[in-house]
Amino acid sequence: MIDAVTQPFIEFAFMRRALVGCLALSLGAPPIGVFLMLRRMSLMGDAMSHAILPGAAIGFLVAGLSLPAMSLGGFVAGFAVALASGLVARATILREDASLAAFYLVSLALGVLIVSVRGSNIDLLHVLFGSVLALDDAAVMLVAGITTVTLMVLAAIYRPLVLECFDPQFLRSASSLSSPTHFTFLVLVVLNLVAGFQALGTLMAVGIMLLPAVAARFWAEDVSGMILVAVLIAFLSSMTGLLVSYYANLPTGPAIILTCGVVYLLSILVGARGGLIYRLVPRKHLEA
Amino acid sequence: MNKRPFLRAGLALALFLGLASGAEAADKLKAVASFSILGDMVKQVGGDRVDVVTLVGPDGDAHVYEPTPADAKNLASSQLLFVNGLAFEGWMDRLEKSSGFNGKTIVASTGVKPRTMVEEEGGTPETITDPHAWQDLGNGKLYVINIRDGLIAADPDGKAVYEGNASKYLGEVMQEDDAVKGALAKLSKDRRKIITSHDAFGYFGAAYGLEVIAPEGVSTESEASAQDVAKIIRQIKAEHIPAVFMENITDHRLLDQIARETDAKIGGELYTDALSGPDGPAPTYLDMFRHNVGALTEALSS
Repeated sequence: MIDAVTQPFIEFAFMRRALVGCLALSLGAPPIGVFLMLRRMSLMGDAMSHAILPGAAIGFLVAGLSLPAMSLGGFVAGFAVALASGLVARATILREDASLAAFYLVSLALGVLIVSVRGSNIDLLHVLFGSVLALDDAAVMLVAGITTVTLMVLAAIYRPLVLECFDPQFLRSASSLSSPTHFTFLVLVVLNLVAGFQALGTLMAVGIMLLPAVAARFWAEDVSGMILVAVLIAFLSSMTGLLVSYYANLPTGPAIILTCGVVYLLSILVGARGGLIYRLVPRKHLEA
Repeated sequence: MNKRPFLRAGLALALFLGLASGAEAADKLKAVASFSILGDMVKQVGGDRVDVVTLVGPDGDAHVYEPTPADAKNLASSQLLFVNGLAFEGWMDRLEKSSGFNGKTIVASTGVKPRTMVEEEGGTPETITDPHAWQDLGNGKLYVINIRDGLIAADPDGKAVYEGNASKYLGEVMQEDDAVKGALAKLSKDRRKIITSHDAFGYFGAAYGLEVIAPEGVSTESEASAQDVAKIIRQIKAEHIPAVFMENITDHRLLDQIARETDAKIGGELYTDALSGPDGPAPTYLDMFRHNVGALTEALSS
């Protein structure tokens, strides 16, 4: 049994690299997902994935298949959209989700336009976004570097960020940290998505950010607990997904994300905090 | 991203435009070829008498092509359509219907003895026809003859021109066929194995004695599983395969990783389903063979 788990990683370097890349992403992205969920911005990840497209496409057109150029382009485009929608939300009557929707659609249309003008019909989405099995050193370093930055910045802004999740009005009235915290957090979201796209593909980036976080909601009460559980779920799902892809001959990205999905469904059913079974089973009232 | 609704609307519009402008008279015979290799062959045979429009251009992937409204417009206003056949252009039937094309369709691979290949997707092996027949110059001869006959049928006045061009071109094709055979015969037997990123060399391998293994199966559409990649790495190690090759139409990052993990070296870029641009190393059908054979012999001669 142990052999079956370790053998593929011992025999093949590409499996080891895939595992390292997934674990690195699993360390940085799920905490971001927890905060997105708590701030009711769960769908933002998906929207941002479209917003990143024109930047990555421009990077590709300028420098070819170059990881730094495409990442930089994607980051600039993603952050411009996040910043613009954040500013509009704070300065006008439009809510953040509505202005984000507007900006990401514009950005997506621009991306499709750039891709089409290029004329060549190579499936640019294949080129722009990586795959789990084809991680090279540069991609692993990119993911690991961004994870390191993410964890350090999260540690630095942890308190105002938690406060912003639960009582943004109070934070705004008590301190001037509200806006800086919000935009720093947006930078982290975009950074992690870009890292995930370039290295592992769209599905992996958004999936590993949100599914473990949402599943963790059923297991932990406080934010730090949720982050811990989310990272653990992401670790386990990455490992299991890679092994399923290896033994069952299935594409790797979907295998990992579906494993996360299974954990999520199980959590809905048997989760200790508000899972269905715990809700349906009548319990005695506590008596003094 | 599903672009089909737009595609359909676009085609409807193009159909309208195409009908509106279809009445324009042109001196030259207007022909459409589905992909760049076929387009080059039609140009060689048609010469000055034929205007050839190629749908899938240089470095494009004809397996997963999405036709544009301009394609439908071009098709609607031309008298001849050249396709490869053998289920290569899966998108062509719909384009033909929606564009209102009412010329004649010529299947260039008519008469080719089709090879089958086993595609394994999701664990269930499936036997399908291998469309990449042009990779054998012997088949290329049949293509040229089919193109010549198609042009003559559509434009009997040009019969002498087409026959002259075709016989000159057939001579060049035969000459290249001998050159490829000669070059590959020099390789020692145990080094005639390669890996490519997309399984397009079935006919080439059979005609010129090369064993070809491809990681992704016949189409560029599917994503490899960890098991596929592991199998290939084991195979390269077990059979001492000397080289892996990229193709101009596919993403090379996966092959980079495979080469890195084995002793196989990375050969040059091979051109299989599409030519390069006019300034590239393979602007014509015959240049493609010269380029590919050069890259193969360089990597495989010990």
